[in-house]
Amino acid sequence: MKAKNQFSLSSKYWLLILSLVCIILMGLSGFAGKSRGVLSWIAGYTVVPMQKGINYVGLWMSDVSDNFATMEDMKKENKELKEKVAEMTVENNRLQQNSAQLERLMELYKMDQNTADYPKVGANVIASENSNWFTRFTIDKGSNDGIKTDMNVLSGAGLVGIVTEVGPTWATVSSIIDDKNVSSMMLTTFDKCIVSGDLKLINEGLVKFEQLENNENEVKIGDQVVTSNISDKYLQGLLIGYVADIGVDSNNLTRSGHIIPATNFHELQEVLVITTTKEELKNRKE
Amino acid sequence: MKKIKRVLVCAAVIAVCYLLETTIFRHLSLASITPNLLIVVTSSYGFMRGKKEGLFIGFACGFLRDLMGDDLLGFYAMIYMVIGYLNGFFRRMFYDEDIKLPLVLISASELLYSVSVYVFLFLLKSDFRFFYYFGHIMMPELLYTILLTLVLYQIILHLNRRLEEEEKRSASRFV
Repeated sequence: MKAKNQFSLSSKYWLLILSLVCIILMGLSGFAGKSRGVLSWIAGYTVVPMQKGINYVGLWMSDVSDNFATMEDMKKENKELKEKVAEMTVENNRLQQNSAQLERLMELYKMDQNTADYPKVGANVIASENSNWFTRFTIDKGSNDGIKTDMNVLSGAGLVGIVTEVGPTWATVSSIIDDKNVSSMMLTTFDKCIVSGDLKLINEGLVKFEQLENNENEVKIGDQVVTSNISDKYLQGLLIGYVADIGVDSNNLTRSGHIIPATNFHELQEVLVITTTKEELKNRKE
Repeated sequence: MKKIKRVLVCAAVIAVCYLLETTIFRHLSLASITPNLLIVVTSSYGFMRGKKEGLFIGFACGFLRDLMGDDLLGFYAMIYMVIGYLNGFFRRMFYDEDIKLPLVLISASELLYSVSVYVFLFLLKSDFRFFYYFGHIMMPELLYTILLTLVLYQIILHLNRRLEEEEKRSASRFV
């Protein structure tokens, strides 16, 4: 048999060529930053619509598998929930008192922006970045719906992350637990700290905070942690979570500890996107 | 013509696996771990069809992931490509009926993938908790992937066998 075609390269050379392509691409995307132009748009128009469709099937399937939960579990859960309702009622009363107090305090501090005041758009999570190492996901709203990069994303309960990439009908959200640092503060004392995610901690349901000034202001377990007024990407006053534990660092100047996030990052279905960015807010003020 | 058909079938397999992985398995994740179907595709084409095809399939799989993630473009493409290429070395040892070699190779590929992700994206950021990640991410992902390999590999094998039969038939027609 004759050689099929003399022009076919051996696999060694292909490996070399494609490796070089990869390395060049990595270099280019490292320098060029987030924009990847045409390629990303192509993917957005072909892959994302399919993901949207299949996602509904997936939702249905997880519903079905949930239905297999036995009656016994349900009964047990019901009992637990009833106990919880009682607990919550007490808690709610306390919180209502707190909120009245908070309103007064806010007025005092002239915090005229509350999270409720920001205009929001609801969106569905349609796909996750398929890796167990990072928590990134795609939502079904894009620039056509007015989504822009750096917009903050919330779940019903608290801060989820920030929009990093936008297509016409989709956007990618990077969550705060992907070792991103978020400038935040204690709602009770207004002391600033840095919140960052960690793969190990989030499996235990925690994120960590650092560099809280070690002053006479007492921080209690259960105190709310919100985004700070000095963050240049996150809007002020978005709930991140509640203090789980706190300790003084060995340098005796700062304190650090853990936070229980208000959002359950593993079960995100719907999110809210705040359609104002911090940038716009700053410019408006000037 | 046959070549085009083969390319189309491969593209379809990759697309379907990628879409399943990002959508349905997100809801069916066990202990918040999703399986890695693309590594099964890359690895099995590697040892079924040889170095060159493994290399291209791996590149395609990785590139698709790069496009949708927001890390460095070309990072996953490189990892998957090398894995596909390495699997190609085992082509001579591969028999259709044997399930042991594919299982071993796919597991090894999956492990290699996890370890390289850890080394390049975590270790280089001075994150030294290898054993934690090994126990909580790599091993669960490996087990879940192997579980699905038993199904997915049969499908890929079947598709490949049919394509090869067709190619043989059309080749003998022209002799």
